[in-house]
Amino acid sequence: MQTIDMDTTALRDLNAALQAQANETNQTAWEIVNPKGSHAIAVGLDAPIEVTVKGSTGYYCAGMNKQATVHVAGSAGPGVAENMMSGTVVIEGDASQYAGATGNGGTLIIKGNASSRCGISMKGIDIIVHGNVGHMSAFMAQSGNLVVCGDAGEALGDSIYEARLFVRGSVKSLGADCIEKEMRDEHISMLTELLARGGCDAKPEDFKRYGSARQLYNFNIDNAY
Amino acid sequence: MKDLPNGAPRTVPIQSATFTNSVNAEIRRAAATGIYDIRGGGAKRKVPHFDDLLFLGASISRYPLEGYREACDTSVMLGTRHAENPIKLDIPITIAGMSFGALSGAAKEALGRGATLAGTSTTTGDGGMTPEERGHSKTLVYQYLPSRYGMNPDDLRNADAIEVVVGQGAKPGGGGMLLGQKITDRVAGMRNLPKGIDQRSACRHPDWTGPDDLEIKILELRELTGWKVPIYIKVGGARPYFDTTLAVKAGADVVVLDGMQGGTAATQDVFIEHVGMPILACIREAVRALEDLGMHREVQLIVSGGVRTGADVAKCMALGADAVSIGTAALIALGDNDPRWETEYQALGTTAGAYDDWHEGNDPAGISTQDPELEARLDPVEGGRRLNNYLKVMTLEAQTIARACGKNKLHNLEPEDLCALTMEAAAMAKVPLAGTDWWPGKSGTTF
Ligand SMILES: Cc1cc2nc3c(=O)[nH]c(=O)nc-3n(C[C@H](O)[C@H](O)[C@H](O)COP(=O)(O)O)c2cc1C
Repeated sequence: MQTIDMDTTALRDLNAALQAQANETNQTAWEIVNPKGSHAIAVGLDAPIEVTVKGSTGYYCAGMNKQATVHVAGSAGPGVAENMMSGTVVIEGDASQYAGATGNGGTLIIKGNASSRCGISMKGIDIIVHGNVGHMSAFMAQSGNLVVCGDAGEALGDSIYEARLFVRGSVKSLGADCIEKEMRDEHISMLTELLARGGCDAKPEDFKRYGSARQLYNFNIDNAY
Repeated sequence: MKDLPNGAPRTVPIQSATFTNSVNAEIRRAAATGIYDIRGGGAKRKVPHFDDLLFLGASISRYPLEGYREACDTSVMLGTRHAENPIKLDIPITIAGMSFGALSGAAKEALGRGATLAGTSTTTGDGGMTPEERGHSKTLVYQYLPSRYGMNPDDLRNADAIEVVVGQGAKPGGGGMLLGQKITDRVAGMRNLPKGIDQRSACRHPDWTGPDDLEIKILELRELTGWKVPIYIKVGGARPYFDTTLAVKAGADVVVLDGMQGGTAATQDVFIEHVGMPILACIREAVRALEDLGMHREVQLIVSGGVRTGADVAKCMALGADAVSIGTAALIALGDNDPRWETEYQALGTTAGAYDDWHEGNDPAGISTQDPELEARLDPVEGGRRLNNYLKVMTLEAQTIARACGKNKLHNLEPEDLCALTMEAAAMAKVPLAGTDWWPGKSGTTF
């Protein structure tokens, strides 16, 4: 286990050390102590390593992650795992706005609640939130899955494309072109796998599925207001 | 016109200057279709521009340099503030960000080839980086846009600079639109969306709002790229003094400022013609912001929006810019709107020089299209040669003017080398109205 203390190590050196790990590295376990809400911790990783951040992080923790598993033993600031490509990011506490924004792949697990715009413009990432998500979540979400075990705020899935949204609790309101959709067997099995991956014991049958009505897909003046 | 029956002359019919033929035609079109006009290109109306400025040249008090023989440096360094690897260009004329999707792969390749021959950079656009462009552009600037279509850390690291796009001159505050006709399998794949649907490019970034967040976003981009490459911030011409100040505060190495005449691939005509300021009104304000921060030349300023000639380039330099960027002019150099395709323009209901339905993907010149047959009309090698020629001519023209003003470096041109032909241009460029020592708003004057 490699330990990096942010009280004594600069952000640049921390990221440079993590980014220097290659596919065949044998230094696979890393621990970051005293993060104290610093921004841009563990961004741009591209190796099968496991990084545990012992505390809360600022903006963009694990941004654009590839391959790595980043575990935040605290809460995460805005834009955690933004544009993630692959790998896994786990937040023990809550996540601030734009969690998983534009993510292309990999899994983001938030054990607490996520704030507004969770999964905004997501492009293939799977996001599993044990608690609630705030307003405008999955705005313009293109693909991937957002699983919410609690409630969703206003305007869920506004202008959504092909992403799938599963919500167990209430939805304050649906955004433009987002509708409730039938939960077919294929969705139950998909959700079963997602819940297992996210470490959730919720029952897939308790969820409702939401997605695009596909009415905004081609320009039409009646939609332009 | 026939006289009245009694032989008296009639009142001649007078067309309204307010309700012109084209205004009336647009009212009829709107009434018939219920759809606003979407088009490509930049503002077509006349606004104060570089044509309203003149160079004074040398005289008894100013000593010229010999036009062909004496050196006149045109090179420029971009990104000297923070980047480990700033960019050195041989000429201060860069190719602006234009998306693959809006433009064909052949057009992107031609831009890369021409720019590389001329010693300058090209810029990606909405939709990500293509191998055609990376392969043929020695210096490639990677745009980081609100849509993040195709954005990934490998391409970010593969770029020579990163341009965070906040806005564009053609549509400050507006997003983008790529209509379904242009969404082929390849374009759809790069953007991770179904084929054939219209694609919105969001008008604001998904994961930051405001200058404080932007500063942290830039920190993340620098951490990701090891502080090696310059980071540009591109803004539309709206509030140039404040936008430049905030861009510098957020950590920009380079500010890219795009005026209202700047082209776009597609947006509403009403946006293109009615939002944003002419670039002429933006440059001095941006330079003032840099000077107030002690950052002029430390943070470089690239300006764009209707740059066409070496004279335009020289005028931008004289007003304090470090480089210019061209979009529309580069496309014309490749063959866009060329009269040789007139029959086909006619068939599309337009004429060479006026063709602007770039979003429809039917470009006879093979540039703003994804149709393989049309695209095949553009030979990227020949296109690259033409662009290089054009960039060379612009550079020589700018040098000619600089030498006439006694400057052995393009960047030594200064506002004192200029005068203005109109009050408007004098006020915007803050140079004297020709024949006076005054411009509206000059300090120490009362009106
Ligand atoms: C076909 C086309 C596509 C464009 N695509 C983008 C884009 O993807 N991103 C961007 O920031 N600007 C885009 N622009 C704007 C240019 O980067 C640039 O600001 C503008 O063209 C400069 O003005 P000019 O056309 O008068 O030279 C585009 C312009 C054109 C003509």
